Amino acid sequence: MPIIDAVLGDFFWRALIGGLGVALIAGPLGCFVVWRRMAYFGDTLAHSALLGIALSFLISVPLNVGVIVTCVVLAIALVLFSRSKTLATDTLLGILAHSALAIGLVTLSFMPDIRVDLTGLLFGDLLAMSRNDLLWIYGGALLILALLTVLWRGLLMSTIHEELARVEGVPVERLRLVLMLMFSIVIAVAMKIVGVLLITALLIIPAATARRLAGNPEHMVGLAILFGFIAVSGGLTMSWHLDTPAGPSVVVTGFAVFLLVYGSARQVQT
Amino acid sequence: MTDALVELHRLTVNFDDRPVVDHVDLRVQRGDIITIIGPNGAGKTTLIKAILGLQPISGGALKIAPGLTIGYVPQHLTLETTLPLSVRRFMLLSGRSHQECMEALTKTGVEHLLHASVHRLSGGEKQRLLLARALARRPDLLVLDEPAQGVDINGQAALYELIRSLRDELNCGVIMISHDLHLVMAATDKVICLNQHVCCSGYPADISHDPAFIETFGRPVAESLAVYHHHHNHSHDLHGDVVSADHDDHTECSHAHH
Ligand SMILES: Nc1ncnc2c1ncn2[C@@H]1O[C@H](COP(=O)(O)OP(=O)(O)OP(=O)(O)O)[C@@H](O)[C@H]1O
Ligand SMILES: [Mg+2]
Repeated sequence: MPIIDAVLGDFFWRALIGGLGVALIAGPLGCFVVWRRMAYFGDTLAHSALLGIALSFLISVPLNVGVIVTCVVLAIALVLFSRSKTLATDTLLGILAHSALAIGLVTLSFMPDIRVDLTGLLFGDLLAMSRNDLLWIYGGALLILALLTVLWRGLLMSTIHEELARVEGVPVERLRLVLMLMFSIVIAVAMKIVGVLLITALLIIPAATARRLAGNPEHMVGLAILFGFIAVSGGLTMSWHLDTPAGPSVVVTGFAVFLLVYGSARQVQT
Repeated sequence: MTDALVELHRLTVNFDDRPVVDHVDLRVQRGDIITIIGPNGAGKTTLIKAILGLQPISGGALKIAPGLTIGYVPQHLTLETTLPLSVRRFMLLSGRSHQECMEALTKTGVEHLLHASVHRLSGGEKQRLLLARALARRPDLLVLDEPAQGVDINGQAALYELIRSLRDELNCGVIMISHDLHLVMAATDKVICLNQHVCCSGYPADISHDPAFIETFGRPVAESLAVYHHHHNHSHDLHGDVVSADHDDHTECSHAHH
């Protein structure tokens, strides 16, 4: 259809459509990050995305695949490591987050014939959104929403109280792995909008804003998606008009909404 | 003999090579109420977590009847306050119908809190909610870790009474941990006194005379329990059935009615 072609032919509209797709999955997953206190964990995974990109160039696989696989491997390694309890979890995460970022940057610098837009990777880029990326985003969104719908009760129950969930027969460990996989997908696709350094912000700011107004978990997810939409559309508009980097603009918009909501709304009683 | 719901054989759990649960044998059948007593740090919670599969065991054997529905009331319920949750939603997450959840809440006396946030419940209310949630699942086995903590005095006796009537209604087995020795002695079939190992076990009436019990809890406690049994308003006949005591006994301790 010509109208769709016209819309998809415009990079601003592509970025906006992609951004809304990312916000759609960042909402529910951001809630899990907040509920399970995984902000720093998410940050570590996001930082490793750059390493994933470097590796994909090295062995020439699609970037998204490289990022997802790297994130999943790192997530599993983290879960196993943190069980041994020789180092405090935040120390371990701090080490891995920054080492992964550093190794990624060093590896990229070894590949001079590959031109990568580093600023775009780190802070997001309006121009970077291709039609192919849109396919990835909406494919990923479809998969994640389907998984969330099917696994919702178990995921929620193991978040509320892990031991109760286990006794009730919820496969807690398997669900944790699925959650890691979903985080990895959202990181791979969100990178295009906000960049590696600010993915966690896109996950937690809308969810934290939603907490103020929500009375039950599903309500919170819905509101987080809404606030994500506002942050993305506001941020991309700002980036377009003021020529600011996309990622920071999205985060600034989300933060402004956060301040507005916490400043004005009375907390809901649940 | 009916099949056991749970059977432990020389079950052992070590933390850092220190046995916290040491060679414990236990058998729970439908209709049993088994109470585990013992000092703090005795390994009671660790033992039931091992039974629930939450704690890996270091030795011995653990047999659980297949397909068992278990209702569990943990010792502590810490809920993440960033997750908004009402009592109603928490109950419904058990996967049971609204009506079953309401019935369970009514039984434990907290149905009026249906729309309250779980983060704002008092300690005793939380405890009653947890029990309601365990009940709503219509369990074959109830595992209760200090179910009466924080429950008011009147409520405690009622709670143990409720547990007994549930046992009859659901024909389930009950394993519970308790520090309320006086109430437990009146309400339980079998008491296990745990202090890493099982130091004694048996019917409540007998156990307070056991030297091992006296050593664990001290003579004053043991004697007060023995005295308590003396004044108890019913006794057990040879078959373990309850027979009412004489009416004369009651006049002494009757309540003032207005
Ligand atoms: N995960 C753990 N790692 C190491 N030691 C542990 C662990 N959990 C419990 N312990 C130790 O095992 C012992 C028994 O603990 P447990 O919680 O079973 O006691 P309890 O009998 O339930 O006590 P209370 O009456 O206070 O609830 C304690 O000394 C405790 O410090
Ligand atoms: Mg305990």
